[in-house]
Amino acid sequence: MAGEVKHDYHLVDPSPWPAVGSFAILVMLIGAVFYMKPDALLFGIEGESWAHWGFGAGFALLIYTVFAWWKDVVKEAESGDHTPVVGIGLRYGMILFIASEVMFFVAWFWAFFNASLYPIMPTTAGTFWDVIGNEAVWPPVGIETFDPWHLPFINTLILLLSGTTVTWAHHAVLHDDREGLKSGLWLTVLLGAAFTMVQAYEYGHAAFGFSGSIYGATFFMATGFHGFHVLVGTIFLAVCLGRVYKGHFKPDHHFGLEAAAWYWHFVDVVWLFLFVAVYIWGG
Amino acid sequence: MAHGNPTGWKRWLFSTNHKDIGVMYLWFAFIAGMIGFGMSGLIRMELMEPGIQVIPSVFGMNDEQARHMFNVLTTGHGLIMVFFMVMPALIGGFGNYFVPLMIGAPDMAFPRMNNISFWLMPPAFILLLLSTFVEGPSGMNGFGGGWTAYAPLSTSGHPGPSMDLAIFSLHVAGASSIMGAINYITTIFNMRAPGMTLHKMPLFSWSILITAFLLVLSLPVLAGAITMLLTDRNFGTTFFDPAGGGDPVLFQHLFWFFGHPEVYIMILPAFGIVSHIISTFSKKPIFGYLGMAYAMAAIGFIGFVVWAHHMYTVGLDVDTKAYFVAATMVIAVPTGVKIFSWIATMWGGSLRFTVPMMYAIAFILLFTLGGVTGVVLSNAGADVALHDTYYVVAHFHYVLSLGAVFAIFAGLYYWIGKMSGKQYPEFLAKVQFWITFIGVNMIFFPQHFLGLQGMPRRYVDYPDAFAYWNWVSSWGYLVTLVGVMLFIVVMAMTLFKRKKDVADNPWGEGATTLEWTLSSPPPFHQFNELPQIK
Repeated sequence: MAGEVKHDYHLVDPSPWPAVGSFAILVMLIGAVFYMKPDALLFGIEGESWAHWGFGAGFALLIYTVFAWWKDVVKEAESGDHTPVVGIGLRYGMILFIASEVMFFVAWFWAFFNASLYPIMPTTAGTFWDVIGNEAVWPPVGIETFDPWHLPFINTLILLLSGTTVTWAHHAVLHDDREGLKSGLWLTVLLGAAFTMVQAYEYGHAAFGFSGSIYGATFFMATGFHGFHVLVGTIFLAVCLGRVYKGHFKPDHHFGLEAAAWYWHFVDVVWLFLFVAVYIWGG
Repeated sequence: MAHGNPTGWKRWLFSTNHKDIGVMYLWFAFIAGMIGFGMSGLIRMELMEPGIQVIPSVFGMNDEQARHMFNVLTTGHGLIMVFFMVMPALIGGFGNYFVPLMIGAPDMAFPRMNNISFWLMPPAFILLLLSTFVEGPSGMNGFGGGWTAYAPLSTSGHPGPSMDLAIFSLHVAGASSIMGAINYITTIFNMRAPGMTLHKMPLFSWSILITAFLLVLSLPVLAGAITMLLTDRNFGTTFFDPAGGGDPVLFQHLFWFFGHPEVYIMILPAFGIVSHIISTFSKKPIFGYLGMAYAMAAIGFIGFVVWAHHMYTVGLDVDTKAYFVAATMVIAVPTGVKIFSWIATMWGGSLRFTVPMMYAIAFILLFTLGGVTGVVLSNAGADVALHDTYYVVAHFHYVLSLGAVFAIFAGLYYWIGKMSGKQYPEFLAKVQFWITFIGVNMIFFPQHFLGLQGMPRRYVDYPDAFAYWNWVSSWGYLVTLVGVMLFIVVMAMTLFKRKKDVADNPWGEGATTLEWTLSSPPPFHQFNELPQIK
């Protein structure tokens, strides 16, 4: 190597996790395909046996990889590799990741507005001549929607409240108030879990399914994908909470927590759009 | 760093080095490109004469299976060339290797994430290849619905697991590209050498920056679209199925909202490479540097609002078509800025016709040809007649095979000395250029005629009226095959040289970017002391 390193960038050590994670994804996805197509054959072997070990083993390896990878990141953060300039890079990275997630939701909203603004009569209603000229409506005939001012409204309040508690945690870390940090994060994680439980309860009482109708398809895809993000955000915040107990996060060095908060606010804002568009306007 | 440089297989598998990862991307693109090129060979040989003869004998199939196999080949050729050849070569390969060098950075912003961007590509490719070995439509293997995967052919038309594997392949390749894009944007915004403002940054870095934005904003929409395909196929949803109130045209909207930026994703890095080569071998700075940078930004932006020009025949209303015609034609303006600026750079320059320069000039000529047919196709009225004909095939192969791929060749010849420390043999490479140039034009120019005569794409057979130009086109493939073989010979002669023979800057004073200040090949970690830009 030519000369001494005279910059603040982080040259990361070689790591096995990218390759292991990629392998895990390959195994998991082959498993997933044959989980959905158990009767199909791959190289003369029934799909069921591929699915049997494939999906579970791949998924477990992926989870382990994610855990080990981020453990390395946390270790590097705590050992001083994350200089101010690296911190700025991490911020760019997180913002761009959230931007790509926003575009993911654009796809679901596009499907929703395409179906709700220009509803099509389901052609199973009869022949072409039965359908043509009949005004199609949204929600489609026969769909019994949720009352937005019932559980969905409670969930809106839960998420908005959790947005304030995560801000409390952030301000606490800025003032090095460890107890406030713990309380704020605990409340946020619990509110996140509460949201998920209310959502699960609501799903369990839906009068329509994921399959068979465009209403259920767009509803469950959009809110389900959001629910998955709530789950991920809650885990992210819970990991931060665990790190707080290990003594991590300083007033001037706590981007992991900040990224979790950014992600949480993103999830919150998406919900507001879902609540207004899918539940109130589209219900 | 405390540790020494990694060696052996760990150096590659566990890599966190942008140059090593870039080299792996280039090799990956080469392998995938050979497979994709082989598929196009089967396609062209089948189409050499009317009738169905080559595929049944090669694969031992009856006619019905051969018809499906032909569609599997065109689908596979398209997906492989787009996702596993052009993108890995231009963005993953050259982008990884040269963006940090050009902006004076020691590595990428997230070196470990950089490695998973690469290592997700082989699994994605394996998933795609596996899809050809399992059932697609009942009783036949592989997915043959075209790279665009329109519903319902990709849903009820292919009930077997083949399409599911192809969908996951695209998910994985997409995740790889999104992570790569985040890495490039962060690197370029955060790690430019002191004094290098955005307005002093080399144009290739500009092109990768804009490409990365297109990737971050368009790929998730494709991921959403193919996820909906997946649930329509496996979980009974009706996003694209009118029987449940869904809409097959929705898939086309979502696909092309991604698909149109995707074509700029493939061509913008080519613009960047060509700009450097033209400037180097004209011994002049690029003409209208800022105009060149912002023309790319404009192309990127407008690229997001023209998608439905791929859908003129789905029954859009006339006002919508009028908008998409106008918006599409606007793209010709910034593209014209680029073409004329390249010509103005050469004007009055001290030109040297090295191989990369010849490829770059050929790029300008052929890309312009493809651009001009693009303006023809942007007219909704003309497109109704030309939609899905060989005219369209000729158009996008002129901008991609003869545009983007020529830029890959250009970049490879321009930088192979820098990357390997060994220079290519000039005369043989010139022969290689001319054979390839003649071959590809012989393949694709006659396809304009076929398209204007009305020959539709994606058909295994055709009436005798189309026989002559198909015959010429297929002979063009054989000429190109010689060119590609010679390319392998030239590269082997270069890489198997015993001694390194390239100076830090073999191209002389026209080559002004930072990679030419380093040794050839550059050290494992460059810029331990950051360069100062005045």
